[in-house]
Amino acid sequence: MTGHDVSDTVPLRADLVIEYPFIRTTGPVVGAFLTGLREAVLVGIRRVDGTVMVPPVEYDPVTSESLTEVVEVSSTGTIVSWTWVDPPRPGSPWDTPHGLALVLLDGADTPLLHGVLVDSADELATGLRVEAVWRDERVGHITDLVGFAPVARDTSEGS
Amino acid sequence: MTNTPVPDGVPTDQVAEGPPIDLPPSISNVEPVLSVRTPIRLEYDFIPSAAAQQYLRAYASKRILGNRSPVDGAVFVPPRGVDPRNGVVADEMVDLVDRGHVGSFCITHLPIPGRRDLPVPYVSAWIHLDGADIGFLGLVAGCAATDVRIGMRVRAVWKPDAELAATAENVLHWEPTGEPDVPVDEAGNRGWALRQAATRGGDDA
Repeated sequence: MTGHDVSDTVPLRADLVIEYPFIRTTGPVVGAFLTGLREAVLVGIRRVDGTVMVPPVEYDPVTSESLTEVVEVSSTGTIVSWTWVDPPRPGSPWDTPHGLALVLLDGADTPLLHGVLVDSADELATGLRVEAVWRDERVGHITDLVGFAPVARDTSEGS
Repeated sequence: MTNTPVPDGVPTDQVAEGPPIDLPPSISNVEPVLSVRTPIRLEYDFIPSAAAQQYLRAYASKRILGNRSPVDGAVFVPPRGVDPRNGVVADEMVDLVDRGHVGSFCITHLPIPGRRDLPVPYVSAWIHLDGADIGFLGLVAGCAATDVRIGMRVRAVWKPDAELAATAENVLHWEPTGEPDVPVDEAGNRGWALRQAATRGGDDA
């Protein structure tokens, strides 16, 4: 018996699902970030060169040294880059079209990726000031942060 | 300043101690988060290759097909239509018997969430069919998990005929035949190495 001619038959096909219910232990640094989310506080970590990364990582990405100083940053920041997602991706935290943005929080030196809660792409712009919107019941998960919303009236002076 | 938090139930002498972490006041006197749920899920539409389609259709009538390599005659099961070691088409189909031996195995004591049909402990094994040169994965049952061993002869326990279909699930499990074991040194992938060595010896003679 030779050959793979199956052209006279309807191809087999199956809808398959692969699924893993992972629970990860966090370690003290990622755990601090998640603890902050539960407490409605955003934290980063100070690098060897003095700059602050958000979210925090355990090792300096350049020198590989252990990082140990978790610092609180502001829940308000500036959009440095963004995109519009329409339709929302299956399984994403959002069920309507939404923005995704890199938000440079005040006090941080690296931007955080998260959703922006506006109704259309026309409301998004780089340089837009936004603030964190928190879920009322928080458990220590990134979804504790619903997303960022434009600051209605920015009272900060200067930049 | 806090030391590495340790999840409940983990012996502290088995935890590698990292450097102390400085926390800001806002999170330094609250219960730390130690774990996070990160489930993943992928839904996909699977269309088997031509060789796999032929295999699955034959499997529905309790036949097991393999591919023979045109390079050295090695028989692969399930057939993939290629010899991946040599990068050549392997489209010769061969019928294999539904018995063989355990080449390697694993006893699992932790249940898979959602798999109530798979009570622990269960034994998954590389089944090396007679005439095949690689193993394929199956469950071993019909004996105590602790009795499973490398080289143990097994045969397929098929689903009832009415339940057979062109899927990978037609063999319920593999059960011991009671025949004498294949010697460990000749079992599983070691058997292939021995057969290859014997072939080379024959060529030299």
